Amino acid sequence: MENDIRIYVEDAPGQRRELEAPTDMGLSLMELLKANDYPIQATCGGMALCATCHVEILAGPPLIEPSDDEWAMLDTLPVLHETSRLSCQIRLQPNLDGLVIRVADPA
Amino acid sequence: MSAVISTDICIIGAGPVGLFAVFEAGLLKLRCHVVDALPQPGGQLSEIYPKKPIYDIPGYPEILAGDLIDNLMKQIAPFHPTFTLGERVESFAKLDDGSFRLTTTDGTEVQCKAVAIAGGLGSFEPRKPAVENLERFEGGKGVHYMVRDPEHFRGKKIVIAGGGDSALDWTNFLANVASEVTLVHRGTTFRGAADSAEKVQKLHEAGKIKLVLSSNVTHLHGNGHLQEVTITGNNGQAETVPLDAFVPLFGLTPKLGPIGEWGLGLENDAVLVNTEDYSTSLPGVYAIGDINTYPGKLKLILCGFHEAALMCQGAFKYIYPDKKYTLKYTTVNGAPSL
Repeated sequence: MENDIRIYVEDAPGQRRELEAPTDMGLSLMELLKANDYPIQATCGGMALCATCHVEILAGPPLIEPSDDEWAMLDTLPVLHETSRLSCQIRLQPNLDGLVIRVADPA
Repeated sequence: MSAVISTDICIIGAGPVGLFAVFEAGLLKLRCHVVDALPQPGGQLSEIYPKKPIYDIPGYPEILAGDLIDNLMKQIAPFHPTFTLGERVESFAKLDDGSFRLTTTDGTEVQCKAVAIAGGLGSFEPRKPAVENLERFEGGKGVHYMVRDPEHFRGKKIVIAGGGDSALDWTNFLANVASEVTLVHRGTTFRGAADSAEKVQKLHEAGKIKLVLSSNVTHLHGNGHLQEVTITGNNGQAETVPLDAFVPLFGLTPKLGPIGEWGLGLENDAVLVNTEDYSTSLPGVYAIGDINTYPGKLKLILCGFHEAALMCQGAFKYIYPDKKYTLKYTTVNGAPSL
Protein backbone atom coordinates (compact mmCIF):
# COMPACT_ATOMS: atom_id res chain seq x y z
CA MET A 1 0.00 0.00 0.00
CA GLU A 2 1.07 3.50 -0.77
CA ASN A 3 0.66 4.77 2.78
CA ASP A 4 2.36 1.85 4.46
CA ILE A 5 5.38 2.47 6.65
CA ARG A 6 8.10 0.15 7.88
CA ILE A 7 8.80 -0.39 11.56
CA TYR A 8 11.85 -2.40 12.59
CA VAL A 9 11.82 -4.51 15.72
CA GLU A 10 15.14 -5.61 17.15
CA ASP A 11 14.44 -9.17 18.28
CA ALA A 12 18.06 -9.78 19.31
CA PRO A 13 21.23 -7.67 18.98
CA GLY A 14 21.86 -7.12 15.28
CA GLN A 15 18.69 -8.93 14.29
CA ARG A 16 15.89 -6.73 13.03
CA ARG A 17 12.49 -7.79 11.82
CA GLU A 18 10.68 -5.55 9.38
CA LEU A 19 6.98 -4.94 9.97
CA GLU A 20 4.86 -3.27 7.38
CA ALA A 21 2.17 -1.11 8.86
CA PRO A 22 -0.78 0.76 7.38
CA THR A 23 -1.18 4.37 8.48
CA ASP A 24 -4.80 4.80 7.50
CA MET A 25 -6.35 2.56 10.15
CA GLY A 26 -5.61 4.55 13.29
CA LEU A 27 -3.42 1.77 14.64
CA SER A 28 -1.05 2.17 17.55
CA LEU A 29 2.39 0.60 17.70
CA MET A 30 1.05 -1.70 20.44
CA GLU A 31 -1.67 -2.99 18.13
CA LEU A 32 0.86 -3.59 15.36
CA LEU A 33 3.09 -5.56 17.75
CA LYS A 34 0.19 -7.64 19.04
CA ALA A 35 -0.97 -8.35 15.48
CA ASN A 36 2.53 -9.67 14.78
CA ASP A 37 2.45 -11.97 17.82
CA TYR A 38 4.88 -10.11 20.02
CA PRO A 39 4.34 -11.25 23.62
CA ILE A 40 3.02 -8.02 25.07
CA GLN A 41 0.01 -8.14 27.35
CA ALA A 42 -1.41 -4.65 26.71
CA THR A 43 -4.00 -5.52 29.29
CA CYS A 44 -5.67 -2.12 29.52
CA GLY A 45 -6.25 -2.16 25.79
CA GLY A 46 -4.39 1.05 25.01
CA MET A 47 -5.35 3.64 27.62
CA ALA A 48 -1.88 4.09 29.16
CA LEU A 49 -3.13 2.43 32.33
CA CYS A 50 -1.07 -0.73 32.74
CA ALA A 51 2.46 -0.29 31.28
CA THR A 52 2.46 -3.81 29.84
CA CYS A 53 3.29 -2.61 26.30
CA HIS A 54 6.65 -1.11 27.24
CA VAL A 55 9.09 -0.63 24.33
CA GLU A 56 12.45 1.03 23.87
CA ILE A 57 12.99 3.36 20.91
CA LEU A 58 16.38 2.62 19.33
CA ALA A 59 16.47 4.86 16.29
CA GLY A 60 14.37 6.65 13.74
CA PRO A 61 12.31 9.78 13.40
CA PRO A 62 11.56 11.88 16.49
CA LEU A 63 8.36 11.09 18.35
CA ILE A 64 5.86 13.33 20.08
CA GLU A 65 6.72 13.65 23.80
CA PRO A 66 4.86 11.31 26.17
CA SER A 67 1.76 12.70 27.85
CA ASP A 68 1.63 13.14 31.64
CA ASP A 69 -0.44 9.95 31.86
CA GLU A 70 2.17 8.00 29.96
CA TRP A 71 5.00 9.39 32.14
CA ALA A 72 3.06 8.48 35.25
CA MET A 73 2.78 4.87 34.10
CA LEU A 74 6.40 4.70 32.90
CA ASP A 75 7.56 5.94 36.30
CA THR A 76 5.98 2.95 37.98
CA LEU A 77 8.14 0.47 36.05
CA PRO A 78 11.08 -1.14 37.87
CA VAL A 79 13.29 -0.92 34.78
CA LEU A 80 13.16 2.09 32.50
CA HIS A 81 15.42 2.97 29.61
CA GLU A 82 16.42 6.40 28.34
CA THR A 83 13.98 6.06 25.45
CA SER A 84 11.26 3.94 27.01
CA ARG A 85 7.72 4.42 25.74
CA LEU A 86 4.34 2.77 26.03
CA SER A 87 3.70 1.48 22.54
CA CYS A 88 -0.07 1.98 22.91
CA GLN A 89 0.51 5.73 22.96
CA ILE A 90 2.38 5.81 19.65
CA ARG A 91 0.07 6.27 16.66
CA LEU A 92 1.33 4.84 13.40
CA GLN A 93 1.61 7.81 11.07
CA PRO A 94 3.56 8.36 7.83
CA ASN A 95 6.30 10.30 9.63
CA LEU A 96 7.22 7.22 11.68
CA ASP A 97 8.58 5.33 8.68
CA GLY A 98 11.87 3.67 9.65
CA LEU A 99 11.32 3.62 13.41
CA VAL A 100 13.48 1.03 15.20
CA ILE A 101 12.28 -0.36 18.51
CA ARG A 102 12.87 -3.16 20.99
CA VAL A 103 10.15 -4.80 23.05
CA ALA A 104 11.10 -4.49 26.73
CA ASP A 105 11.13 -7.48 29.02
CA PRO A 106 7.77 -7.91 30.71
CA ALA A 107 7.90 -6.80 34.34
CA MET B 1 -16.08 -17.06 58.80
CA SER B 2 -19.85 -17.28 58.79
CA ALA B 3 -21.95 -20.08 57.32
CA VAL B 4 -21.18 -21.43 53.87
CA ILE B 5 -22.91 -19.50 51.08
CA SER B 6 -24.98 -21.83 48.94
CA THR B 7 -25.98 -20.99 45.37
CA ASP B 8 -26.49 -22.41 41.89
CA ILE B 9 -23.73 -20.62 39.98
CA CYS B 10 -20.76 -18.93 41.60
CA ILE B 11 -19.51 -16.21 39.29
CA ILE B 12 -15.89 -15.19 39.80
CA GLY B 13 -15.54 -11.58 38.69
CA ALA B 14 -18.08 -8.76 38.96
CA GLY B 15 -17.23 -7.01 35.70
CA PRO B 16 -19.89 -6.35 33.06
CA VAL B 17 -19.81 -9.91 31.75
CA GLY B 18 -20.03 -11.50 35.20
CA LEU B 19 -22.94 -9.22 36.07
CA PHE B 20 -24.84 -9.95 32.86
CA ALA B 21 -24.38 -13.67 33.51
CA VAL B 22 -26.53 -13.15 36.61
CA PHE B 23 -29.33 -11.94 34.32
CA GLU B 24 -29.07 -14.84 31.89
CA ALA B 25 -28.90 -17.31 34.76
CA GLY B 26 -31.91 -15.66 36.37
CA LEU B 27 -34.00 -16.22 33.25
CA LEU B 28 -33.31 -19.93 33.79
CA LYS B 29 -34.24 -19.63 37.48
CA LEU B 30 -30.64 -20.18 38.50
CA ARG B 31 -29.41 -18.17 41.50
CA CYS B 32 -25.97 -16.57 41.49
CA HIS B 33 -23.33 -15.50 43.97
CA VAL B 34 -20.66 -13.13 42.65
CA VAL B 35 -17.14 -12.85 44.12
CA ASP B 36 -14.67 -10.12 43.18
CA ALA B 37 -11.27 -9.10 44.55
CA LEU B 38 -12.11 -5.42 44.11
CA PRO B 39 -14.26 -3.74 46.76
CA GLN B 40 -16.97 -2.66 44.29
CA PRO B 41 -18.75 -4.29 41.34
CA GLY B 42 -17.83 -3.35 37.77
CA GLY B 43 -14.30 -4.72 37.38
CA GLN B 44 -11.95 -2.48 35.42
CA LEU B 45 -14.89 -0.34 34.23
CA SER B 46 -15.40 0.92 37.79
CA GLU B 47 -11.80 0.67 38.96
CA ILE B 48 -9.86 2.08 36.01
CA TYR B 49 -12.10 4.06 33.69
CA PRO B 50 -15.59 4.78 35.12
CA LYS B 51 -15.74 8.13 33.28
CA LYS B 52 -14.68 6.81 29.87
CA PRO B 53 -17.43 6.63 27.26
CA ILE B 54 -17.98 3.29 25.51
CA TYR B 55 -19.39 3.38 21.98
CA ASP B 56 -19.90 -0.27 21.05
CA ILE B 57 -22.60 -1.44 23.43
CA PRO B 58 -25.60 -2.37 21.24
CA GLY B 59 -28.46 0.07 21.75
CA TYR B 60 -26.27 2.72 23.39
CA PRO B 61 -24.67 5.20 20.96
CA GLU B 62 -22.51 6.25 23.92
CA ILE B 63 -22.47 5.21 27.56
CA LEU B 64 -20.02 5.91 30.40
CA ALA B 65 -18.38 2.77 31.75
CA GLY B 66 -19.67 3.57 35.25
CA ASP B 67 -23.21 4.07 33.98
CA LEU B 68 -23.13 0.74 32.17
CA ILE B 69 -22.28 -0.95 35.46
CA ASP B 70 -25.06 0.94 37.28
CA ASN B 71 -27.52 -0.17 34.59
CA LEU B 72 -26.38 -3.79 34.80
CA MET B 73 -26.78 -3.75 38.59
CA LYS B 74 -30.34 -2.43 38.09
CA GLN B 75 -31.04 -5.03 35.41
CA ILE B 76 -29.98 -7.97 37.60
CA ALA B 77 -31.56 -6.68 40.82
CA PRO B 78 -34.80 -8.67 40.28
CA PHE B 79 -32.76 -11.88 40.47
CA HIS B 80 -31.36 -10.99 43.92
CA PRO B 81 -27.73 -11.91 43.32
CA THR B 82 -25.49 -11.99 46.39
CA PHE B 83 -21.96 -10.63 46.48
CA THR B 84 -18.65 -11.19 48.24
CA LEU B 85 -16.50 -8.17 47.37
CA GLY B 86 -12.92 -7.36 48.29
CA GLU B 87 -11.98 -11.04 48.48
CA ARG B 88 -10.18 -13.16 45.93
CA VAL B 89 -11.16 -16.77 45.30
CA GLU B 90 -8.10 -18.76 46.34
CA SER B 91 -8.94 -22.40 46.27
CA PHE B 92 -11.30 -24.57 44.46
CA ALA B 93 -12.53 -28.12 45.04
CA LYS B 94 -14.86 -30.30 43.02
CA LEU B 95 -16.92 -32.52 45.28
CA ASP B 96 -18.04 -36.09 44.60
CA ASP B 97 -21.59 -35.05 43.69
CA GLY B 98 -20.29 -32.75 40.92
CA SER B 99 -20.77 -29.57 42.93
CA PHE B 100 -18.02 -27.16 43.91
CA ARG B 101 -16.62 -25.55 47.04
CA LEU B 102 -14.73 -22.27 46.64
CA THR B 103 -12.77 -20.51 49.38
CA THR B 104 -11.70 -16.87 49.35
CA THR B 105 -8.66 -15.09 50.77
CA ASP B 106 -10.73 -14.16 53.83
CA GLY B 107 -12.03 -17.68 54.33
CA THR B 108 -15.51 -17.15 52.89
CA GLU B 109 -16.83 -20.42 51.51
CA VAL B 110 -19.20 -20.77 48.57
CA GLN B 111 -20.95 -24.03 47.76
CA CYS B 112 -22.27 -24.07 44.18
CA LYS B 113 -23.47 -26.36 41.40
CA ALA B 114 -21.48 -24.68 38.66
CA VAL B 115 -18.66 -22.12 38.43
CA ALA B 116 -18.45 -19.29 35.91
CA ILE B 117 -15.05 -17.62 35.73
CA ALA B 118 -15.51 -14.06 34.47
CA GLY B 119 -12.21 -12.84 35.84
CA GLY B 120 -11.29 -10.41 33.04
CA LEU B 121 -7.60 -9.54 33.20
CA GLY B 122 -7.12 -11.58 36.34
CA SER B 123 -6.43 -9.93 39.65
CA PHE B 124 -4.06 -7.01 40.03
CA GLU B 125 -0.82 -7.94 41.78
CA PRO B 126 2.33 -6.00 42.66
CA ARG B 127 5.09 -5.79 40.09
CA LYS B 128 8.36 -7.12 41.50
CA PRO B 129 11.73 -5.57 40.71
CA ALA B 130 14.55 -7.82 39.56
CA VAL B 131 16.54 -8.04 42.79
CA GLU B 132 18.35 -11.17 43.82
CA ASN B 133 17.00 -12.93 46.92
CA LEU B 134 13.81 -10.86 46.91
CA GLU B 135 11.60 -13.89 47.46
CA ARG B 136 13.72 -15.04 50.40
CA PHE B 137 12.54 -12.10 52.46
CA GLU B 138 8.86 -12.15 51.51
CA GLY B 139 6.15 -13.18 53.92
CA GLY B 140 7.00 -11.01 56.92
CA LYS B 141 10.77 -11.25 56.65
CA GLY B 142 11.27 -7.65 55.59
CA VAL B 143 10.02 -7.26 52.01
CA HIS B 144 6.57 -5.66 51.59
CA TYR B 145 5.03 -5.05 48.18
CA MET B 146 2.27 -2.89 49.58
CA VAL B 147 1.51 -0.93 52.69
CA ARG B 148 -1.48 -2.61 54.28
CA ASP B 149 -1.12 -1.04 57.70
CA PRO B 150 1.22 1.98 58.03
CA GLU B 151 1.46 1.34 61.80
CA HIS B 152 3.44 -1.78 61.00
CA PHE B 153 6.33 0.55 60.09
CA ARG B 154 6.17 2.77 63.18
CA GLY B 155 9.62 3.48 64.53
CA LYS B 156 11.29 1.35 61.85
CA LYS B 157 13.96 2.05 59.29
CA ILE B 158 12.54 1.55 55.85
CA VAL B 159 13.72 1.82 52.27
CA ILE B 160 11.08 2.47 49.62
CA ALA B 161 11.88 1.92 45.94
CA GLY B 162 9.91 3.30 43.02
CA GLY B 163 9.07 6.49 41.19
CA GLY B 164 5.33 6.34 40.69
CA ASP B 165 2.44 7.80 42.64
CA SER B 166 2.30 5.14 45.30
CA ALA B 167 6.05 5.31 46.05
CA LEU B 168 5.80 9.10 46.45
CA ASP B 169 2.57 9.03 48.45
CA TRP B 170 3.79 6.39 50.88
CA THR B 171 7.15 8.14 51.29
CA ASN B 172 5.30 11.30 52.29
CA PHE B 173 2.97 9.45 54.62
CA LEU B 174 5.52 7.18 56.27
CA ALA B 175 7.97 10.05 56.84
CA ASN B 176 5.93 10.78 59.98
CA VAL B 177 5.53 7.16 61.02
CA ALA B 178 8.80 5.35 60.42
CA SER B 179 12.00 6.35 62.21
CA GLU B 180 13.90 6.61 58.95
CA VAL B 181 12.65 6.64 55.35
CA THR B 182 14.89 6.35 52.31
CA LEU B 183 13.35 6.65 48.85
CA VAL B 184 15.36 5.08 46.04
CA HIS B 185 14.43 6.02 42.48
CA ARG B 186 16.22 4.89 39.35
CA GLY B 187 15.58 8.21 37.60
CA THR B 188 16.53 11.77 38.40
CA THR B 189 13.03 13.23 38.35
CA PHE B 190 9.49 12.24 39.18
CA ARG B 191 7.42 13.05 36.16
CA GLY B 192 4.07 11.61 36.98
CA ALA B 193 2.79 13.33 40.11
CA ALA B 194 3.99 16.90 40.53
CA ASP B 195 2.38 17.58 43.94
CA SER B 196 3.66 14.54 45.77
CA ALA B 197 7.07 14.86 44.10
CA GLU B 198 7.36 18.40 45.46
CA LYS B 199 6.47 17.21 48.96
CA VAL B 200 9.12 14.50 48.79
CA GLN B 201 11.69 17.06 47.69
CA LYS B 202 10.78 19.34 50.62
CA LEU B 203 10.97 16.50 53.14
CA HIS B 204 14.38 15.65 51.74
CA GLU B 205 15.61 19.24 52.01
CA ALA B 206 14.32 19.42 55.60
CA GLY B 207 16.29 16.29 56.42
CA LYS B 208 13.14 14.28 57.22
CA ILE B 209 13.81 11.62 54.60
CA LYS B 210 16.71 10.46 52.50
CA LEU B 211 16.29 10.66 48.74
CA VAL B 212 18.62 8.56 46.61
CA LEU B 213 18.19 9.27 42.89
CA SER B 214 19.72 7.60 39.82
CA SER B 215 20.02 4.42 41.86
CA ASN B 216 18.51 1.01 42.38
CA VAL B 217 18.31 -1.41 45.25
CA THR B 218 20.46 -4.23 43.91
CA HIS B 219 21.12 -6.66 46.76
CA LEU B 220 19.35 -7.77 49.92
CA HIS B 221 21.24 -9.18 52.88
CA GLY B 222 20.13 -10.83 56.06
CA ASN B 223 20.13 -14.01 58.01
CA GLY B 224 16.49 -15.06 58.14
CA HIS B 225 15.15 -11.51 58.38
CA LEU B 226 16.24 -8.71 56.05
CA GLN B 227 19.02 -6.61 57.64
CA GLU B 228 20.71 -4.58 54.92
CA VAL B 229 20.25 -3.56 51.32
CA THR B 230 22.81 -2.48 48.79
CA ILE B 231 21.88 0.61 46.80
CA THR B 232 23.84 0.96 43.59
CA GLY B 233 24.00 4.20 41.66
CA ASN B 234 23.79 4.33 37.89
CA ASN B 235 27.46 5.37 38.07
CA GLY B 236 28.32 2.04 39.68
CA GLN B 237 28.91 3.33 43.22
CA ALA B 238 27.32 1.18 45.88
CA GLU B 239 26.43 1.73 49.51
CA THR B 240 24.98 -0.63 52.07
CA VAL B 241 22.16 0.57 54.25
CA PRO B 242 20.84 -1.16 57.39
CA LEU B 243 17.04 -1.38 57.58
CA ASP B 244 14.01 -3.16 58.99
CA ALA B 245 11.85 -3.22 55.86
CA PHE B 246 12.21 -2.87 52.10
CA VAL B 247 9.10 -1.65 50.30
CA PRO B 248 9.36 -1.87 46.49
CA LEU B 249 6.37 -0.03 44.97
CA PHE B 250 6.31 -0.52 41.22
CA GLY B 251 2.59 -0.52 40.58
CA LEU B 252 0.24 -3.36 39.88
CA THR B 253 0.07 -5.67 36.94
CA PRO B 254 -2.77 -8.06 36.18
CA LYS B 255 -1.96 -11.69 36.77
CA LEU B 256 -4.11 -14.72 36.21
CA GLY B 257 -3.47 -15.62 39.85
CA PRO B 258 -4.76 -18.80 41.49
CA ILE B 259 -7.08 -19.57 38.54
CA GLY B 260 -3.95 -20.63 36.68
CA GLU B 261 -3.42 -23.42 39.18
CA TRP B 262 -6.84 -25.05 39.02
CA GLY B 263 -5.85 -27.51 36.33
CA LEU B 264 -7.88 -25.83 33.57
CA GLY B 265 -6.64 -25.88 29.98
CA LEU B 266 -4.82 -22.59 29.36
CA GLU B 267 -3.28 -20.76 26.43
CA ASN B 268 -1.24 -17.59 26.94
CA ASP B 269 -2.71 -17.07 30.41
CA ALA B 270 -6.28 -17.35 29.11
CA VAL B 271 -8.69 -20.20 29.82
CA LEU B 272 -9.43 -22.40 26.81
CA VAL B 273 -13.15 -22.93 26.22
CA ASN B 274 -15.52 -24.76 23.94
CA THR B 275 -17.62 -22.13 22.17
CA GLU B 276 -20.74 -24.29 22.28
CA ASP B 277 -21.24 -23.44 25.96
CA TYR B 278 -17.98 -21.77 27.07
CA SER B 279 -17.12 -24.80 29.14
CA THR B 280 -13.52 -25.30 30.24
CA SER B 281 -11.64 -28.57 30.37
CA LEU B 282 -13.26 -29.24 33.76
CA PRO B 283 -16.97 -30.17 33.54
CA GLY B 284 -19.14 -27.68 35.42
CA VAL B 285 -16.58 -24.88 35.19
CA TYR B 286 -17.14 -22.20 32.55
CA ALA B 287 -15.11 -19.16 31.50
CA ILE B 288 -16.57 -16.05 29.88
CA GLY B 289 -15.32 -12.60 28.88
CA ASP B 290 -11.71 -11.44 28.61
CA ILE B 291 -10.37 -14.36 30.64
CA ASN B 292 -11.19 -17.01 28.02
CA THR B 293 -9.78 -17.76 24.61
CA TYR B 294 -10.94 -19.65 21.52
CA PRO B 295 -10.44 -19.36 17.77
CA GLY B 296 -11.74 -15.95 16.72
CA LYS B 297 -11.91 -14.57 20.26
CA LEU B 298 -12.60 -10.84 20.48
CA LYS B 299 -12.12 -9.15 23.84
CA LEU B 300 -15.28 -7.07 23.66
CA ILE B 301 -17.98 -6.53 26.27
CA LEU B 302 -20.66 -7.37 23.72
CA CYS B 303 -19.01 -10.71 22.94
CA GLY B 304 -18.84 -11.42 26.66
CA PHE B 305 -22.59 -10.85 26.93
CA HIS B 306 -23.21 -13.42 24.20
CA GLU B 307 -20.85 -15.85 25.94
CA ALA B 308 -22.76 -15.34 29.21
CA ALA B 309 -26.05 -16.33 27.55
CA LEU B 310 -24.66 -19.52 26.04
CA MET B 311 -22.74 -20.36 29.20
CA CYS B 312 -25.93 -20.27 31.28
CA GLN B 313 -27.63 -22.74 28.92
CA GLY B 314 -24.64 -25.04 29.36
CA ALA B 315 -24.60 -24.63 33.13
CA PHE B 316 -28.35 -25.38 33.24
CA LYS B 317 -27.80 -28.65 31.41
CA TYR B 318 -24.88 -29.50 33.71
CA ILE B 319 -26.96 -28.84 36.82
CA TYR B 320 -30.19 -30.43 35.54
CA PRO B 321 -29.15 -33.06 32.98
CA ASP B 322 -32.68 -34.50 32.84
CA LYS B 323 -34.66 -31.28 32.51
CA LYS B 324 -35.77 -30.13 29.09
CA TYR B 325 -35.49 -26.43 28.49
CA THR B 326 -37.07 -24.24 25.83
CA LEU B 327 -35.84 -20.73 25.19
CA LYS B 328 -38.21 -18.05 26.45
CA TYR B 329 -38.23 -14.45 25.32
CA THR B 330 -38.29 -11.69 27.94
CA THR B 331 -41.07 -10.02 25.92
CA VAL B 332 -43.39 -12.93 26.60
CA ASN B 333 -43.37 -13.22 30.38
CA GLY B 334 -43.15 -9.59 31.43
CA ALA B 335 -40.71 -8.19 33.95
CA PRO B 336 -38.19 -10.88 34.86
CA SER B 337 -37.99 -12.38 38.34
CA LEU B 338 -36.61 -15.50 39.94
